[in-house]
Amino acid sequence: MSNKFTRRGVLKTGAGAGAGLALPTIFTGNVWAAAHSGYTNAPQGSSVTLGFNVPQTGPYADEGADELRAFQLAVEHLNGEGDGGMISTFSSKTLQGNGIMGKKVEFVTGDTQTKSDAARASAKSMIEKDGAIMISGGSSSGVAVAVQGLCQEAGVIFMAGLTHSNDTTGKDKKANGFRHFFNAYMSGAALAPVLEKLYGKDRAAYHLTADYTWGWTQQESIQAATEAIGWKTINNVLTPLAQTDFSSYIAPVLNSGADVLVLNHYGGNMVNSLTNAVQFGLREKQVNGKNFEIVVPLYSELMAKGAGKNIAGIVGSQNWDWKLEDEGTKAFVQSFGTKYGFPPSQAAQTCYAQTLLYADAVERAKSFNPCAVAEALEGYEFDGLGNGKTLYRAEDHQCFKDVLVVRGAENPQDEFHLVEIVEVTPVGQVTYAPDHPMFAGGALGSCNPGA
Amino acid sequence: MLGLDKKDFTLLLVVAALVLLAPFILNPFPADSAMAQFNAGYPDLMQRFVIFGIFAIGFNILFGLTGYLSFGHAAFLGVGSYSAVWMFKLLSMNVIPAIILAVIVSGVFALVIGFVSLRRTGIYFSILTLAFAQMSFNLAYSVLTPITNGETGLQITLNDPRILGVSATAEGGIPVTNLFGLEMRGTEVLNIGPWAFQFNNGYYLCGVIMLIAFYISIRIFRSPFGLMLRAIKANKTRLNYTGLNTRPYALAAFVISGMYAGLAGGLLASMDPLAGAERMQWTASGEVVLMTILGGAGTLIGPVVGAGFIKYFENIFSKINESVLHGWFSFLPEGMENGVVWVTEHFVGPGWHLTLGLLFMLVVTFLPGGLVEGGQKLAGLFRRKSKSEAPDGAAQKHPAE
Repeated sequence: MSNKFTRRGVLKTGAGAGAGLALPTIFTGNVWAAAHSGYTNAPQGSSVTLGFNVPQTGPYADEGADELRAFQLAVEHLNGEGDGGMISTFSSKTLQGNGIMGKKVEFVTGDTQTKSDAARASAKSMIEKDGAIMISGGSSSGVAVAVQGLCQEAGVIFMAGLTHSNDTTGKDKKANGFRHFFNAYMSGAALAPVLEKLYGKDRAAYHLTADYTWGWTQQESIQAATEAIGWKTINNVLTPLAQTDFSSYIAPVLNSGADVLVLNHYGGNMVNSLTNAVQFGLREKQVNGKNFEIVVPLYSELMAKGAGKNIAGIVGSQNWDWKLEDEGTKAFVQSFGTKYGFPPSQAAQTCYAQTLLYADAVERAKSFNPCAVAEALEGYEFDGLGNGKTLYRAEDHQCFKDVLVVRGAENPQDEFHLVEIVEVTPVGQVTYAPDHPMFAGGALGSCNPGA
Repeated sequence: MLGLDKKDFTLLLVVAALVLLAPFILNPFPADSAMAQFNAGYPDLMQRFVIFGIFAIGFNILFGLTGYLSFGHAAFLGVGSYSAVWMFKLLSMNVIPAIILAVIVSGVFALVIGFVSLRRTGIYFSILTLAFAQMSFNLAYSVLTPITNGETGLQITLNDPRILGVSATAEGGIPVTNLFGLEMRGTEVLNIGPWAFQFNNGYYLCGVIMLIAFYISIRIFRSPFGLMLRAIKANKTRLNYTGLNTRPYALAAFVISGMYAGLAGGLLASMDPLAGAERMQWTASGEVVLMTILGGAGTLIGPVVGAGFIKYFENIFSKINESVLHGWFSFLPEGMENGVVWVTEHFVGPGWHLTLGLLFMLVVTFLPGGLVEGGQKLAGLFRRKSKSEAPDGAAQKHPAE
């Protein structure tokens, strides 16, 4: 068997293998970066790379595609191409259209597949291979929490995209992570007064909830907010995220004595459950002498499009809508519409705003160092990005701004006017203490510059 | 040498050399060139290559050698990951206890599932394993959320009650996984001219473990036990008629391959301390079947090749976007450029599955023995006189009944 090996051959291969084994031990220390700079992926040369990690396949692919459009637009504007969009309306005037700190902005994209694992792999390759200094995007709270954790460990900034769970800036908050989008608590706080006005104080609600972090926190928030105005909660039923037919969940609602159905669903889930509910005739029903109502706390134009006519008259909340009248929104809708031929979704707006906010923070900090950038963002007040006056709170890295309460249009003039704004809830009404019980249990930790 | 014959030992040496030199081999293009897009020599992907290599090697012991097609192997991978992360949360950030627990727990898990599933063979066995895996997935996804944290995935946090070690570092960060102090994420960059080669501690740990796993797999293939497994694949009924009870052998193979999967899961969690339920989904189980068939089921090196192939596509091709394509084809006239980009973009970026599917079809149609067979055919072209036996001594044809 082994007698065919000559002594010389064995020595040679042995020495080779030994040298190979010893090779990695020559290098010591933890360097996830070109050293010397003191932080991960310090930009070298005349360009800086941002990583946009969005779902390109899977249930949230529509949102992901729109986010990517917004990112591309933001990069164009930062590099001084196009009409500049919201840079001209942004309250901070540091952005000159010459990239970030004079460095041309380049970007890489990846597919999160709406899976924590795949999203982390994609973000890791951006950081390790492409040298991305900031990661942004995402359209699911599960993914946002996972990628935020990764960015904290790797020492880069994470600018969350569409993520609505309380946990993102609550129990799972991280020093390197920032969220511009609103959250479930804010939805509840904004919706409750409108619901009271529309449907009265004496109501009994039945919740159907997507069974994951976002669904749980949203259900908790809505239940707390509606119970505060005197509503009763009859039941809360958790539905699997992969569910496509909700008939078996809707049927028990009919005889439960509830007169409001709250659908804590998003995307395709919400389209299906709402369609089922309407098919069961819930909206024509009278319970306890009142019209039966359906509420969808988190709304989006893309979902409204999917649900078609069924959406008419149904109340929910949004982070932003392209029909707002402020200067920032107008400028953004103008340049987005010119480039792509249709108005942007709220996912696009939050991603665009996050990119500008990051660029501006770097300019103000005069450094790409994540710790300096985080410091520049913390407690920062700005205006002109479509949401009115906004504060990036230092305690939990959550943006505080007005929240929109919206309703499905009864007679939409075209497919872009499916949603009408009922009320703009002022920021004061949706603000909460950083140690609010729904957000307790986590800590930012300290900023990690990596390297 | 090491109880292997010359051919196997050479194969082991070749694989060892490839693993050790991977940072060079996978990084053939200078960092600032346009082709740098195709470089795969960064820690995360290299780790995935070897970890999924381990997964596929283990799967091959069951599928390639014993002939049982399990559609639920991802369950063991997931169980391994969860056990490892819990070990990080509760005991220590050292990867050794985590990996050991991952292997043990997945082994026990495989014993239970295997005991039930192996009462049937063929398609019924496959469906049973699939059912168990989906059950585990759903348990992890929504029922056992206190243990698995559901869709969000299990992560380590700042307030884990770690018995050996600290909950948070002095700087207030989450401690990182290590091997007796050697940080798994630690990477050294070697700059040679325009090339940047990355040497990562975690990768080399995975690489060494993969070599051990590979060695054990060779020994199993060449042992009397392996011969028995081959016999089960060839004709189980005949074996039963000779008075042999095949079930203990099949169960042993099932448990071993489950432990391989658990090892892979534990390593995944050691490199990146997160365990998500989607690791157990049926698509993940299907992926390892694809890896094994694409590389060459029943061959020693095939599954590793297949794993590398699929992970390369998933991580490299999925990141080629429209603007990259425009960069490549900018030399064409504008109308033509847009046309070419429009066609190509369906095969890269989000369309990487399509390219992989096409390749899979081609391989299955023209190279039923997988990429390994392709390699052998190529070698045969250059070496006029092909030997009677395949170069890696595997894929022996068994006569039909």
